[in-house]
Amino acid sequence: MGLDLSPFAEVVGPASSGSVWIAGQQSRLTAPSSIRRVTAPSGIYDLQPDEMTVVCGAGMSIDELQDSLRAVGQYVNLPRGDSGSGTVGGALATGRSDIYRLGRGATRDTLLQARFVNHDGQVVSAGGPTVKNVSGFDLCRLLVGSLGQLGFLGEVILRTRPIPQSSRWFMMSEAGPEIVEAILRRVYRPASVLWDGHKVWFCIEGNSRDCDETTRHLAADLQSPTEVAGPPTLDHYPFRQSVPPAELAELVQSHVQQETGQLVVEAGVGIVHRQTPAEPKATEKTIELLHQRLLQQFNPTGRLNPGVSLTTVSTL
Amino acid sequence: MKSDVSVQPMSHTLVSRLCQVLEPRRVHTEAADIDLYKRDASNIEGRAGVVCFPITTTEVQDVIRICAEFNQPFVARGSGTGLAGGATPLDGAVVISTAKMNRLLSVDPINRTAWIEPGMLNLDLTREVAHLGLHFAPDPSSQQSCTIGGNVANNSGGPHCLADGVTSSHILACEVVLSDGSLVVLGGEEPEPIGLDLRGAFIGSEGMFGITTKICVRLMQNYSSVKTMLMDFTSVEAGAETVSAIIAAGMVPAALEMMDQLCLEAVEAYIHAGLPTDAAAALLVEVSGLPHAVDEETERISDIGRAHGARTIRVAQDEAERALLWKGRKTAFGAIARIKPNYYLHDTVVPRRKLNEVLQEVYRIAKRHDLLVLNVFHAGDGNLHPLLVFDKREPGVMERVHAAGEEIVRVSVAAGGVLSGEHGIGLEKRDFMPLMFGPHDLHAQSAMRVAFDPLGIANPFKVLPSPSRCGDAHDIGEDMWV
Ligand SMILES: Cc1cc2nc3c(=O)[nH]c(=O)nc-3n(C[C@H](O)[C@H](O)[C@H](O)COP(=O)(O)OP(=O)(O)OC[C@H]3O[C@@H](n4cnc5c(N)ncnc54)[C@H](O)[C@@H]3O)c2cc1C
Ligand SMILES: Cc1cc2nc3c(=O)[nH]c(=O)nc-3n(C[C@H](O)[C@H](O)[C@H](O)COP(=O)(O)OP(=O)(O)OC[C@H]3O[C@@H](n4cnc5c(N)ncnc54)[C@H](O)[C@@H]3O)c2cc1C
Repeated sequence: MGLDLSPFAEVVGPASSGSVWIAGQQSRLTAPSSIRRVTAPSGIYDLQPDEMTVVCGAGMSIDELQDSLRAVGQYVNLPRGDSGSGTVGGALATGRSDIYRLGRGATRDTLLQARFVNHDGQVVSAGGPTVKNVSGFDLCRLLVGSLGQLGFLGEVILRTRPIPQSSRWFMMSEAGPEIVEAILRRVYRPASVLWDGHKVWFCIEGNSRDCDETTRHLAADLQSPTEVAGPPTLDHYPFRQSVPPAELAELVQSHVQQETGQLVVEAGVGIVHRQTPAEPKATEKTIELLHQRLLQQFNPTGRLNPGVSLTTVSTL
Repeated sequence: MKSDVSVQPMSHTLVSRLCQVLEPRRVHTEAADIDLYKRDASNIEGRAGVVCFPITTTEVQDVIRICAEFNQPFVARGSGTGLAGGATPLDGAVVISTAKMNRLLSVDPINRTAWIEPGMLNLDLTREVAHLGLHFAPDPSSQQSCTIGGNVANNSGGPHCLADGVTSSHILACEVVLSDGSLVVLGGEEPEPIGLDLRGAFIGSEGMFGITTKICVRLMQNYSSVKTMLMDFTSVEAGAETVSAIIAAGMVPAALEMMDQLCLEAVEAYIHAGLPTDAAAALLVEVSGLPHAVDEETERISDIGRAHGARTIRVAQDEAERALLWKGRKTAFGAIARIKPNYYLHDTVVPRRKLNEVLQEVYRIAKRHDLLVLNVFHAGDGNLHPLLVFDKREPGVMERVHAAGEEIVRVSVAAGGVLSGEHGIGLEKRDFMPLMFGPHDLHAQSAMRVAFDPLGIANPFKVLPSPSRCGDAHDIGEDMWV
C-alpha cells in the first residue's frame, strides 16, 4: 500500500554503505559537501477530503501540497519556511511550528503515519492511517523534530483541516502586558497573538460576524483594534528562543527598558523571535542520556545525517 | 502489616524494604486487599504481589529503585478503568497506585496551563478550573473515574476529541520516574524544549516507559455558545453517510457520535429521554464556539442530515435537554447492564467512508456467533465501539465472544483501519499487533521501549508481541482469562 519506497530505501542503502544526508529544499540546513545526499519521493498519493487526510511523499513542497488542498477547502498545519516553502519532510524533521500555533496547534500533531527508511535501509512504518490511533507506541511524535537522525521520511499521512471561513489580523498600539493579557483572556481561541512590547497583533479565525463582535467588545472595553493585512514581518528577527509563556511579559519589558535589540513574542505560546541570539541552555543529564540511548537504537553507526546534534540548542 | 501467603519468599525482603520507604499502611499485601488490583476494567486477570500507595514523587522513586534492585516488574495504576489489561499485574508484579497523588498543584489562567498529580480524576480537573472558564478537553466516557495519569499512558480520547484532539495534544510536560528510579521532566511549559519530543513518545506508552508523577496540562477556553442535536435515520448507512458529508463540507463539530437501534432502545429504557427507539441509527452532534458560527453550522449540519434522509432533527432547547441527550450517550454502559450482565467493549478505527461497510460486517459477525451487539461510538473520527453483551455463565459464550472480537479487529484493519483508537493495546491486543505492523515496525517500537526502560521492568509483557519484546518472555497464563 502507498508509494513504493523501495527505490528510496535502495539509495539510502544498508548500514554498511556509509554516511548519508537527506536534503529537503535545504532552506535551513545544507548537506555537508563530503556526504552523499538523497532526497525523499514527492507527490500526492491519495487525498481524501472526507477523511481529512492526505498521503504524500515527504519530498513534496509544502506550497504545492497546500495548493492541492486549497482546491478542496483544506490545509495542513505545517510551517512554510521563509526562503522557499520547504518540503513536508523538512518541516516535519525540523518540528517547528509557525506563528499560528496558539490556535491551530503544534506541527507535531499533523503527522498521523510515517513510512521511513531506517539506518539499515529498511522501510519502517510508524503510526496509523486514521485520524485517531493508539496502536502501539507513538513513534511518529519522536520522528517529528528528529532532524533526520532517527530515519529518513519517505511517505507521510497528514491530518488536514478545513480552511477557516475568514482569517483576520488586527493590531493595537500602546499595548502593555495588561492589554496582551486581556486579549488572551477575552478573545475566544485566537489563532495567534504577537507582541513586541509596544504593539500587539492578533488573528481571529472563523465566522466573520463573530469576529466583528469580538472586536466591537474589545473596542468598548480596551481600545479599538485596527484591522491590518497580516502579521508583522519577522524577517528582521532571525533568531528563535523558547520560554514558558508566563515569562514572556517580563522578558519583553526588560528588553524594552534596556533597549537591547527588539523581540516579537508569540503570547500564550512562548516563542521569542529575536534580532540577536539568546544564551544557549544546557541539556539536562537524563534528557541527554535518553537521546543517546534512542540514537544508539535508531542510528547506531551515526550514518544518518552525521554532524547534526539534537541536544545542542539551535538559536535559529 | 501482616504476612501474606500469596507473596513469594523473595518478596518478603522486597516488602520489608518497601515498608522502609513508605508507611507500612500504604504497602498492601493482604490477599483480600490486593485481589482488587488483579485486573483493570477488562476481563484480563493477573496477580498483584504487593500494592503500594506512594504520596510523593520521591516515594515513587524509592519504590522503583527497590524494584530495580530486585529486578522486580512494577505496574502503574490509576483507577483501573483501562479496557485493554494495561494495568493488569502479571506474575505478582508490584502495583504502584497513584490514587493518593491527586492534587491540583497550580493553574495559570492566562496561558491556560495547570500542573497536576497523576492520580487526579479527569472530571475533577475540569470541575476545579470551571470557575476560570476553562476545561480539560479530553473527556473519556469514564471521566468521572479515570485518572489523568491513565489518560496520558493510554493517550485517551473522548467524544470532544474530534475537534480538539486526544490527550497528547493537551499535555505539555510529564515529570517521569524511569525504571532505574531517576527523575526527568519530558517536554516543558516552553513550546520547543531541546531535542526529541520525548513527551510525545511517553504519552501512550501504557506504563512501559516509566511512571509519570506530575503532569502539565493545557486547558481550553470554554465555548460561549453550544448547540446539541440528535438526528435519526432509518438506516445505519444514511447515518454513516451523513457523518462523512458533514466532514467533507468543511466542518469539524465538537462531537459527532452515533448510536444504533439496540443501543437507543437500551438507553431509552434506562433514562427516558424520548430517544427515537424505532430508528436504525441516531447521530448526536454538538457544535460549539461563538454564536454566529454555531448557528450557521447547526443550520448547515441540519441541511446535510435532511439531505441524507434524517427523519427528525431535535435541537436541545436548553441546558437541561442538552444534558439529557449527553446522559443518554454517557450512560450507555449502565443501560446495557440491564440487558445482559456482561459486556466486552471493542475499540477499533476505520476510515469514515468505510463506517457503514464495517458496521454491517460487525452485525454479521455477531449474528454468526449468536451474540448481541450494540454500537455506540465516536463516528466523527471513525472510532467504532462494538459492544458485545452476554451472560458469561452461559457455557461456551466466552469462546464466541473472543472469536467475534478477533473477527471485528481483523475486519477493521482490513478496511484500512487500526487496532485501537483510544483504549490501547495492553494485553488485549498485543498479539494482534502483527496485523498492523511488520517485524521492522515492531522492532522500532521495541527500540523505543529499550531506550526508555533498558531494565525491562516497567509494566513488561504488554503491547509488544513476543518476538519484538527483546527478552520479555511471557504469555498470558492459563489461569488468566481474556
Ligand atoms: C534550524 C532551523 C530553524 C528553523 N526555524 C524556523 C522558524 O523559525 N519558523 C518556521 O516557520 N520554520 C522554521 N524552520 C523550518 C524551515 O523553515 C522549513 O520548514 C524546513 O526546514 C523545511 O525546509 P526544507 O525542505 O528546505 O528542509 P531542509 O532545510 O532541507 O532540511 C531541514 C532538516 O530536515 C531534514 N530532512 C529533510 N527532509 C527530510 C526527510 N524526508 N526525512 C527526514 N529528515 C529530513 C534535513 O536533513 C535537515 O536536517 C527551521 C528549520 C531549521 C532547520
Ligand atoms: C465505561 C468506560 C468507558 C470508557 N470510555 C473511554 C473513552 O471514551 N475514551 C477512552 O479513551 N477510554 C475510555 N475508557 C478506558 C479508560 O477509562 C481509559 O483508558 C483511561 O485513561 C484509563 O485511566 P485509569 O486511571 O483508569 O488507568 P488504569 O486503567 O489504571 O491504567 C491504564 C494504563 O495506564 C498506566 N498508568 C496509569 N497511571 C500511570 C502513570 N501515572 N504513569 C504511567 N502509566 C500509568 C497503567 O499501567 C495502564 O497501562 C473507558 C473505560 C470504561 C470502563
